[in-house]
Amino acid sequence: MKMLSCKEATRLVSQGLDRELAFGERIALRVHLVLCAGCRNVDRQLSFLRRAIRRLPASVDEPSR
Amino acid sequence: MGVEKKVSSPPSRMSADFRSQIEGQRAYLLRYASLQLRNPEAAEDAVQETLLAALAGEAGFRGQSNLRTWLTGILKHKIIDAIRKTTRETAVGTFDEDPDIGAFGYKFKQNDHWQERPTAWSDPDSALEQKQFLAALEKCLKGLPARTAQAFLMREHLGLETDEICKELSVTATHCWVLLYRARMALRQCLEQSWFGATGAKGG
Repeated sequence: MKMLSCKEATRLVSQGLDRELAFGERIALRVHLVLCAGCRNVDRQLSFLRRAIRRLPASVDEPSR
Repeated sequence: MGVEKKVSSPPSRMSADFRSQIEGQRAYLLRYASLQLRNPEAAEDAVQETLLAALAGEAGFRGQSNLRTWLTGILKHKIIDAIRKTTRETAVGTFDEDPDIGAFGYKFKQNDHWQERPTAWSDPDSALEQKQFLAALEKCLKGLPARTAQAFLMREHLGLETDEICKELSVTATHCWVLLYRARMALRQCLEQSWFGATGAKGG
């Protein structure tokens, strides 16, 4: 299996939030993430971004929960 | 548009109480709509239509859900209608944003590996509880190109699936994924500069 570049890996991280990755893609990504701290950080940060966006708009009055 | 539009001609048996409760959500709904629709008039119109639909459909609200949640659900549909309208009015071929994501400020080397390896953010969960953080995030969103922001918010804020977004924006699935990728990476970069870099330890 060809090693992913960081660009390809971050693309798959992003697409993994939008579609189900193919088996080969999942494996390749997992291998890359094990070896690459930079892409692991991006992986976490993009998931965080998803949670953050759902908080918008910031309530001006009472919290909505 | 400084003039506050009022909801007009309510059905006669409308409870005044319900009406004022709905009006009380206007400011929130407008902020919600303004995230998605950069044209202030379009945002105002979507909210107005939402309030009218809510008044006409009071029976549909049985108090089992939060009023704000119910209204937001109606507003989502109005926002999608507005986006659809804009897409229809925008001529095909005006979608000419440079697909080179390098333009967004983060850089890969020639071999597509990091030029500067992304570092971990310190305590992002506590940032979520801070209004200033959410304000910084909104500011980053406003800095995205319009169509990129649109696709991203349809996905992450309205919660649409990619195929619906493609359809509404008349782009291919591949292009859609590219837009979402660019939006995420640009926002990541923006937050790092405006928030996490500024509050956390620098360097590394």
